[in-house]
Amino acid sequence: MIQAVGLHKAFEGVPVLRGVSFEVPRGHFMALVGRSGHGKSVLLRHLAGMLRPDRGRVCIDGQDLASLGAHELRRLRRRFGFVFQGGALFDSMTVYDNVAFPLRECMRLEEEDVSRRASEALARVGLAGAEGKLPAQISGGMVKRAALARALVLEPELIFFDEPTTGLDPITAHAILELIAQCHRNLRFTGIIVSHQIPRIFEIVEHVGLLHDGRLRFVGTPDDMLASDDEVVVAMLRGDDAQMEPRRTPGPRR
Amino acid sequence: MRILDCLETIGRAALRAMRRAGRMGVFLGGMVAYAVTPPWKPRLCLRRLFFIGAQSVLVIALTGAFTGMVLTLQGFYALSRFGSDAFIGPLVALALVRELGPVLAGLMVTGRGGSAITAEIGIMRIGEQLDAMELMGLNPFRYVVVPNLVAAVVAMPLLSAMFDVIGIWAGYLIGVRVLGVSGGTYLGEIAQYLETRDIAAGVWKSLSFGVIICWVSCYKGYTCGYGAEGVSRATTQGVVLSSVLILVWDYFMTSALF
Repeated sequence: MIQAVGLHKAFEGVPVLRGVSFEVPRGHFMALVGRSGHGKSVLLRHLAGMLRPDRGRVCIDGQDLASLGAHELRRLRRRFGFVFQGGALFDSMTVYDNVAFPLRECMRLEEEDVSRRASEALARVGLAGAEGKLPAQISGGMVKRAALARALVLEPELIFFDEPTTGLDPITAHAILELIAQCHRNLRFTGIIVSHQIPRIFEIVEHVGLLHDGRLRFVGTPDDMLASDDEVVVAMLRGDDAQMEPRRTPGPRR
Repeated sequence: MRILDCLETIGRAALRAMRRAGRMGVFLGGMVAYAVTPPWKPRLCLRRLFFIGAQSVLVIALTGAFTGMVLTLQGFYALSRFGSDAFIGPLVALALVRELGPVLAGLMVTGRGGSAITAEIGIMRIGEQLDAMELMGLNPFRYVVVPNLVAAVVAMPLLSAMFDVIGIWAGYLIGVRVLGVSGGTYLGEIAQYLETRDIAAGVWKSLSFGVIICWVSCYKGYTCGYGAEGVSRATTQGVVLSSVLILVWDYFMTSALF
C-alpha cells in the first residue's frame, strides 16, 4: 500500500503541493488528473522518493521514505517501475538492451535468462521485431511501449506512470492505455497514473484523484467523480477553462 | 544605503559561490569514493578509455608535433643570441615534459572529451535517463561518472607522454634538418639534462588534470539546466572552468614540484 500524508512542497517560495493526503491499497490502480502545472508530476516524484517533501510523508507498506538512507531507498526502488512522460530510454542502447538493462544490472541474471525475459516483455507490448533499433529510430508510440516493457520486466509491485500517452495520436494513446490495463489485469501491480485522458482513463482505474492548485480537490471512484457536483470537478470533466486556469509549476533546482 | 546594498550583493554572490564550490566538493568526494569501492564496471571503463584516450590520439599527435616545432624555432632564435643553440634539445624537452605536454594535452582533452562528457550527461539528465537509473535502484554515478574518471586518469598520462615524445621528435626534425643543429647534440643534451623528477612532475600534473577534466565535465553535465540551452550552457561552462582550473592548478603544482 502507498500512502501520502499531508505533503507540502514549494519551489523557490512558490507552493506546489499544499497538504496532499491519500492512499492506494495494494493491487489497486489510481489516476491523478488535473490541469497542467497543478503539481501532478511533482506529486508522483514524491511518491517515488525522487523529491523530498517540505512537510508530510510518503509511506510504502508503512515505511516512511524520508527515514530511509540512500542504500535502503535504492533497495526499495527495485520494487518500483516508473514510466516517464518521454520514455527516458537510454538513447545509446537498442530497445532490447534498454529492456535487458535492469535484468542485467539489478538482478544479475545469466544472459540466457535475460534474453528470455526481455523478449517476453517486448512481445507483451507488441515490440517483437524492434529489438535491434535505437530509440531515435522508432516512433513515439513504440518508445512508450518500450518504456512500459522496461518498467514491467522486473515484475514490480508498484508502477508509476507519468502521462504515458502525452504526445500520441488518439488511436495510439488508446492502444497504450489498453496495454497498461491488460498488464495491470495480468500482473496485479499497484499503479498510479498521471493522465489527461478523461474519461477514457476511468475505464482502467479504481480510484481517481483530482489535483487542483496543489490540493487534492477530489478523491474517489470514477463513478463518484462523474456524479460529483463540485464546480472544479465538473469543469475538469467538461474541459471548461473558466474554473481551471492553468498554472506554471516551477521545477526543482539543479 | 547604497553601500549597504552593494555589500549585500557582494555577500550574496560570495555565498552563492561558496555553495557551488561546496556542491562541487561533495561531487568530487562522491566520485572518488565510488571509484574505489565495488561494484566496478570494467567494460564501461574500457569504452570510455577508448573514447577519451584512443580517439584523442590524432589531435594530441598534431598539437604535439606543431608545439615541438614552434618551440624549437623560438628557442633556437633566443638561444643563438647567446651562442647556446646546442641546448635547444634540453630546452624543448624540459618545456614539453614539465609543462607544455601535460597542460596542452589537458586542454585538448578538455575541448574534445570534456565537452562531449558534459553534453552526454546533460542530455541524459534532461531526458530523465539518470532519473530512470535511480528509479531502478541503481546509482548513476557508477555508470556515467566513475568510468569517465578511471578513463581520464589512465588516459591523461599516456596522452601527455605521447605529446612529449612527438613534440621532441618534431623539434628534432626542425632543429637538425632545418636549423642545422647536430643530431647527436640534440639528443645527447636531452639525455644529460632531462631527469626522472622532470618526467615524474609531468606525470603527476597529467594525472591531476585528468581528475579535473572529469570532475568539472561530469559535474556540469549532472547539474545542467533545462532544455537544449541548459546543456549548451553547461558544456561551455565545463570547458571554460576545466581550462581555467588546469592552468591555475598547474601553477600550484609547478610551485610544489619546482
